[in-house]
Amino acid sequence: MARIIAGVGTSHTPAIGAAVDNGKTDQPYWQPLFKGYEPAKQWMAKAAPDVVIMVYNDHVNAFDFKVIPTFALGCAGEFPIADEGWGPRPVPVVKGYPELAAHLVQSLVLDEFDMTIVNEMQVDHGLTVPLTLLFGSPAQWPCRVIPLAVNVVQYPAPTGHRCYRLGQAIRRAVESWQEELKVVVFGTGGMSHQIQGPRAGLTNPVFDKAFLDDLSGDPERLTRIPPIEYLREAGAEAIELVMWLLMRGALGPRVEEVYRFYHIPASSTAVGNIILESR
Amino acid sequence: MAADKPYEDIPGTWIFDAERARAGYHLNRFLYTLMKESNRKAFLADERSYLEQFKLTAAQREAVRTRDWNRLLELGAVVYALAKLAFTDGRSYQYMASQMTGMTEKDYVDMMLKGGRSPEGWRSKSEREKH
Ligand SMILES: [Fe+2]
Repeated sequence: MARIIAGVGTSHTPAIGAAVDNGKTDQPYWQPLFKGYEPAKQWMAKAAPDVVIMVYNDHVNAFDFKVIPTFALGCAGEFPIADEGWGPRPVPVVKGYPELAAHLVQSLVLDEFDMTIVNEMQVDHGLTVPLTLLFGSPAQWPCRVIPLAVNVVQYPAPTGHRCYRLGQAIRRAVESWQEELKVVVFGTGGMSHQIQGPRAGLTNPVFDKAFLDDLSGDPERLTRIPPIEYLREAGAEAIELVMWLLMRGALGPRVEEVYRFYHIPASSTAVGNIILESR
Repeated sequence: MAADKPYEDIPGTWIFDAERARAGYHLNRFLYTLMKESNRKAFLADERSYLEQFKLTAAQREAVRTRDWNRLLELGAVVYALAKLAFTDGRSYQYMASQMTGMTEKDYVDMMLKGGRSPEGWRSKSEREKH
């Protein structure tokens, strides 16, 4: 049986990818951040998952404004890297897992989560930066990746509660797949940040710390945070944190926090990273 | 009945909702084309005629010309699409954000290095006026 062994929460700030791609990781600005991710990278090398389910959002790269799916599952065998406006990141093509993705879609839709099926999709920093942070810069990504894109760009994003419930359904779907597989689920984006308007640069470490604390012990409290509270307290783009709740829902009721890192800034973002093992 | 928009009370912020998406549809379609290197070159070579391909309003056209970032948000641009215009200009997200705040890029970077902007005084328009 396939098993979800752990979840990773991490920011996906594009500037982090650019720092790696341009060889700036040792600069004083970036060095603390990459040092902070080192233990997470080591954990990941040991965990050696067969499959990553990457909960992320597209930033107007795969989806223009013709179609905006709320939950979209990448069912392709390969996902090319998007040119977001400064050329594609020089990272390997992302290999999917079409058979498992098709199973997930079937299971989720029958479980009353109406997923959009995506058979061709380019992936942007929302997906590639977390891979870089946790796997480094290998010639090929060491595992298959199933992208789960969540609309957080046009208001309203799905609620944290809905995301959490979808995560629970993903756990049921994965556990009904016969093959022996280790699966790690990523929840990406956040933490507090705002990159638009005169209020840009907003961060809220108090909000972020409470969020990290309750992810393991009291995720139900987090599922009750209304959209307006994310926007007002943690910045217009902090709504991405609902994707961490999707990850958390997929881990089952009991988890153990094995690593946490928090750092300001990466560009305009308060960066968070957490690793939760299912128990 | 109009949709409930509690987020309109957040100062210095334009939440990209259905109404802005409608107003900004063609503007965002234009920005989306800047994902291609050949389009970026064509736009920079002759901005005016490049823009003629798209059904922008006069106000949107003018805001693109002057790189009036906040005005573009107000007129329906979504920030991630808008970033492609900044990248086309050889700028970063951080530069674009600094311009939106009215700070120099250096002052903005310094503010972030010191931990960013506190939400105190920025939660509602009435709270902002008192500051
Ligand atoms: Fe993002």
